Amino acid sequence: MRAMKAAPYLLSTPALLLFGAIVVVPLAMTVALSFHDWGQYKGIEPVSILKNWHEVFTDSYFLEMFWRTFRIALLVTLLTAVLGVPEAYILNRMRSPWRGIFLLVILGPLLISVVARTLGWALLFGGSSGIVNKALMSMGVISSPLPFMFTETGMVVALAHVLMPYMVLAVWAALQRLDPQIENAAVALGAGPFTVVRRIVLPQIMPGILSGGVIVFALAASAFATPAIIGGRRLKVASTLAYDEFLNTLNWPLGAAVAVLLLLALIAIVVASSRLVEKRYAQVFG
Amino acid sequence: MAFLALEGLTRKFGTHLAVDGLSLGVEKGEFVALLGPSGCGKTTTLQMIAGFVEPTSGAIALDGRDLLAVKPAKRGLGIVFQSYALFPHMTVAENVAFGLEMQGVATAERTRRVAETLELVGLGTFAARYPRQMSGGQQQRVALARALVIRPQILLLDEPLSNLDAKLREEMQIELRQIQRSVGTTTILVTHDQGEAMALSDRIAVMNHGKVEQFAPPHEAYERPATPFVASFLGKTNLVGGTTVRPEKISFAASGLAGRVKTRIFQGNHWLYQVDTPSGLVTVIRQNSGETMPGEGETVHLAWGTT
Amino acid sequence: MSRNGPLALAFHALFVTFILAPILVVCFVAFTPEGYLSFPTDRWSLRWFHAIGRYPEFISAFWRSLWLGALSSAIAVAISVPAALAIARYRFPGREVMTTLFMSPLMIPHVVLGIAFLRFFTQIGLGGTFTGLVLAHIVIVLPFALRLTLASAVGLDRSIEHAAVSLGASEWTVLKRITLPLVLPGLVSGWALAFINSFDEVTMTVFIAAPGTETLPVRMFLYIQDNIDPLVTSVSACVIAITVAALVVLDRAYGLERLLVGRNVHGR
Repeated sequence: MRAMKAAPYLLSTPALLLFGAIVVVPLAMTVALSFHDWGQYKGIEPVSILKNWHEVFTDSYFLEMFWRTFRIALLVTLLTAVLGVPEAYILNRMRSPWRGIFLLVILGPLLISVVARTLGWALLFGGSSGIVNKALMSMGVISSPLPFMFTETGMVVALAHVLMPYMVLAVWAALQRLDPQIENAAVALGAGPFTVVRRIVLPQIMPGILSGGVIVFALAASAFATPAIIGGRRLKVASTLAYDEFLNTLNWPLGAAVAVLLLLALIAIVVASSRLVEKRYAQVFG
Repeated sequence: MAFLALEGLTRKFGTHLAVDGLSLGVEKGEFVALLGPSGCGKTTTLQMIAGFVEPTSGAIALDGRDLLAVKPAKRGLGIVFQSYALFPHMTVAENVAFGLEMQGVATAERTRRVAETLELVGLGTFAARYPRQMSGGQQQRVALARALVIRPQILLLDEPLSNLDAKLREEMQIELRQIQRSVGTTTILVTHDQGEAMALSDRIAVMNHGKVEQFAPPHEAYERPATPFVASFLGKTNLVGGTTVRPEKISFAASGLAGRVKTRIFQGNHWLYQVDTPSGLVTVIRQNSGETMPGEGETVHLAWGTT
Repeated sequence: MSRNGPLALAFHALFVTFILAPILVVCFVAFTPEGYLSFPTDRWSLRWFHAIGRYPEFISAFWRSLWLGALSSAIAVAISVPAALAIARYRFPGREVMTTLFMSPLMIPHVVLGIAFLRFFTQIGLGGTFTGLVLAHIVIVLPFALRLTLASAVGLDRSIEHAAVSLGASEWTVLKRITLPLVLPGLVSGWALAFINSFDEVTMTVFIAAPGTETLPVRMFLYIQDNIDPLVTSVSACVIAITVAALVVLDRAYGLERLLVGRNVHGR
């Protein structure tokens, strides 16, 4: 009987040891690091002070940077939802083999290096002579070239592209769980196509949209490669700032404080929104 | 012309003929079952009436009007789906009210009719529940209420009881029959269960390979099957010496076809026998009247009246 | 039946263009004959593909990424299997916490993990080493391996194992002859998904890789930081080509949808 009780712990020992040593300890060390002191010449001093945290919370530079990070993440989330939800719905109504082919086309980029995909956007934006501007101007959408490189607009578009598969995937999974007869039932009761989407389909896939949104938001807020390439050295978000503190300025304690704050803020937002979603839908979808 | 008239209705899927020139007339207030094995075209027929599948050729007329010219959303038919297809994000009352809302029925009137219909199916106290929180039988009633509340010209039932267990199914059959009688809606039931079809309907259309083999009241179809398929599909049959005989019509007698009891199975209200005779295995059903019955290995004589 | 109208198809066309445009652009520009970034208009050239050969650090980074992905994914799967069996089979105190811990690398920003690993590895003398990279990559790909092994462990009908026991099989035989073969498809797809994630990882790795231990995406990222020229497009085009080839093979073998959507993690 005792052997039975110990079994699950024995089975998970390798994973527990690894995660204890390589996740929990380093994270704890990072939190500790954020309380250390640092000077241009003296380097890192292992003391416990609130200097970095004080700086992060009072300096308007950091406030603005965090605000920018979450603003971009929110816009990316909205953009992926506005484009991804209808696309997932359209995809779901396609017949084979088109359904499978386009699913592969849309989800496939998830597996292509994010550096290569962002490079593509850098080429498309490419200053005022970029293809996107030429296309938009020839269609008459804009009259003069829009700046995309080194701007938030550019970051939002590129990040929305990078993270779009996650949204489509989440909504797709929700659509798969729908009983196709339910749409027929609504039609038989006199609902038109628009009513079916608004009153029947959307409310049912809302949990999927929201969970997709949470994933996209978290990944957008912590994205690094895309903001680094599109934003360059000029436009910083939390992760690129932390990177600079670590590998350029070498002020590790300050970088650690930024990183830990990003982690805490994200956990708070994600946990709170997941709770909200769960509570809202517990009764309906169990 | 019948209230609902299907004429030469045909549907091809690729090269497969799902429904093959089917013609059928249903009278107003009648309860008709489309009965047949899976793949016989009964569900496709129902979906063509509902408008979810377009016929390759043929016509459907309801009350003299061409039904095929009407969009599915405007046909005003009540449908109970096999999976019930309840809206999971709406309460029972909201589910039932949906069709009325689509028709633009005023709120007060809507509330009254929803309550009335829920009362009819015995769910008066469940209005605020979500479908998830209800049993299969209750969900079934909600689906029925949702279809009936719009006062449809025709009620279509697509294997409505197949997801319920045997005991509940029997109860629901009785209830369904009573409800249909009291509201008087013309009803078409699609089922593969011959017992269900016979219990519920005024007339049964036995279908096979996309065609109707017989369209008759249950008793008539059972007693005088038009084809061997109808005979075998509506209950057990024996083929003895070129004639078909229902097992319950055969009795043990002093003389007649001699045979040896191969197996004997007790089924509560009756006994099921398989008797080895010179003209093959014969199935015999005898009521359990409390008498002693022949056991396995005994020699018996079988007799039946000729009809 | 329901069909997509012309409006829906137009939207779909625009959407697919949006998805494919940046990827196709990279591949086109890679064929430029010019010395600067431009579209090949009148003629195509492979000069920038040949040029990759003159940058041995790209080649060695590619092989390193391959080995790193293969090794860390294999170890991650090996660790995941017993953990998945524990989570799927037993109800024990700490089960939820443990599952959350193992899935946490999905939730923790990779920047934070990169910083934590950098700090930790520097302290224990693994800074900039391949060993450090392997350890870090095991951690970040483990959730993917665990998710798929867990799905197949949960989906396993236990009565099959009970049947084997009733026929006289020992615990070890049951594991070897029944359990492992049944969860094998899950392990293989778990490994594949883990490999892809390791191979593409850049954010965390950029912190802990040193000049001798850079992976391909890190090399590409650092190169782009300094200059965007046709070389990096030809490298990217190669990566894209390899990914697409792998994708098609994977899709044929397992179905990409199943691999990516996975099944319910917590076995509810």
